[in-house]
Amino acid sequence: MSAQVLLETRGLDIRFGGVVAADQVDVEIHEGRNLAIIGPNGAGKTTFLNICTGYTKPNAGSVHFCGREITRRSPRQITRLGVARAFQMPQLFAEHSALENLLIAASARDRRWAPFTRLGDVPERDEMMHLLELVDCAHVAERAVNELPEGQRKLIDIAIALALKPKLLLMDEPTSGVASSEKFGVMDILTRALAEAKVTSVFVEHDMGIVEKYADEVAVWASGAVQLRGTPAEILEHPDVIRDVIGEEV
Amino acid sequence: MSLRLAVPLILLALVALLPTIAPWSQVVLTIALAKGLAVLGIVVLLHAGQVSFGHALFFAVSAYIAAFLGKAFAGGELITMILLGTLASLAVGLLVGLFVVRYRHIFFGMLNLAVSMIFFSILEKFYHVTGGSDGMQVARPSVLGVPMERAGFETLLFYGALVLCIAVAWGVHRYLESPIGHMLKTIKTNETRLEYLGVSARRTLLVGYLVSAGLCGLGGVLMAVTQGIVTPEYAWWIRSGELVFIAILGGSGSVAGAFVGALVYEVVRTYAAAFAADIWQMVLGFFLLGIILYASSGLVGLYGKLMDRLEGKHKTPAGGAKQSMEPAQ
Repeated sequence: MSAQVLLETRGLDIRFGGVVAADQVDVEIHEGRNLAIIGPNGAGKTTFLNICTGYTKPNAGSVHFCGREITRRSPRQITRLGVARAFQMPQLFAEHSALENLLIAASARDRRWAPFTRLGDVPERDEMMHLLELVDCAHVAERAVNELPEGQRKLIDIAIALALKPKLLLMDEPTSGVASSEKFGVMDILTRALAEAKVTSVFVEHDMGIVEKYADEVAVWASGAVQLRGTPAEILEHPDVIRDVIGEEV
Repeated sequence: MSLRLAVPLILLALVALLPTIAPWSQVVLTIALAKGLAVLGIVVLLHAGQVSFGHALFFAVSAYIAAFLGKAFAGGELITMILLGTLASLAVGLLVGLFVVRYRHIFFGMLNLAVSMIFFSILEKFYHVTGGSDGMQVARPSVLGVPMERAGFETLLFYGALVLCIAVAWGVHRYLESPIGHMLKTIKTNETRLEYLGVSARRTLLVGYLVSAGLCGLGGVLMAVTQGIVTPEYAWWIRSGELVFIAILGGSGSVAGAFVGALVYEVVRTYAAAFAADIWQMVLGFFLLGIILYASSGLVGLYGKLMDRLEGKHKTPAGGAKQSMEPAQ
């Protein structure tokens, strides 16, 4: 486990009123090792993603990405450094087609403003079509995204993040809103796309089957702090996790 | 050639030829084109989902620059007026834009209104400089150094404006279809995601704001030299409202709609005033109500639906709703 540390947080602390959303959070995320974050609602999982992407400013503590301090930087600056984000509720450009959503992302990545080039004619088009194929959405490339089912909207949301060619991808519940029969299909597609893009991912997940199959490491959140961390096999067998997170009697 | 394309070209040819058949229409049409340019500025901002109720500011800035240039240089030069007037509007646009792009929707609209009314008051009160509510004469400028007679100047202005409008409409159309133009549209649909792509929503809107200020500036100069007089009324909030009115009338979001709307509005305004002097504004009011309630995509949208019907296509609800003003969604 000598993989390079991509992202590192030290002593993150934040409270919303009486709720402790982060309490001395120290986390290291290693390159190439996909980390699943599990834990009960209100444990601070999404807050952790929000702090890492600059959306929420911590009261104390620091975040370093690839050795650079990014604490309190804006989402825009952090994105430019190589941290992309996918959302629990897909954040798409509702009046654009699936392909256009990706072309806008690719133009943003390459700083291609091109005031007299049609969006459909930018050189990134083939690359984005390939990305749509990777997430199994090539057949809906020309459809408006607000007409698509939730599963495809989630995949396009993640594809937008991948279009930025990030080093690290943070995903908030990639399979929520997806029918349980389709969850593994969605994750298979995602794993393939992530592997090809060579992106390290961190994902918040409630489905332990998904965690077991797709995560390299698991971190258990409770009361704003990381309580346990290990391989899926170690964590999912742990009596505390079975009792508090999975919710079964030991 | 398809009917859909032929009709606009015939209309364009009609507009170009009308002054040779009916000379009275020339000034009206030139004013319509000048306003059309300013309306196009409003249309650009509508793509970002923002409505400015103060864009007459940029219209007035350039118009007064033209008047001052005419006063300072014994008539002045048309090309200099256009260039310096538009530049001045861009400069003011940058100044105001840096401030207002931090706000959205009603705040954006009202802040623009406030700034334009400050300028209106300055024009009214500094009468020893601006002539107060009497305004300033705009002397007829030379064109490329050649002094012009009135008739020749008006003809040249009309055809010059027509060519300018076609070129500008093409340019704005390309801008709106480009990556940065599409990013402007995402300010309307999902600004958060735009920021998470590493793009500044404020800067993207500022670019659109500058384009819109420049367009209003261009329109303002043309209006000033066509009318031969500028008054504080150029910057008045009613003038700003008129620009928004025309944008919705023509088809909010449509480049062609800006000019179609301006032409229809100006012709109706000029001749309705002659036939129904007391109620023409009420007529326009009902017309706007009708457009918003029954044809939210404006005159250009109505034309599209008519063509769909003629070509036997069934209208798709998704296509029709795309640029509508309907509050749903």
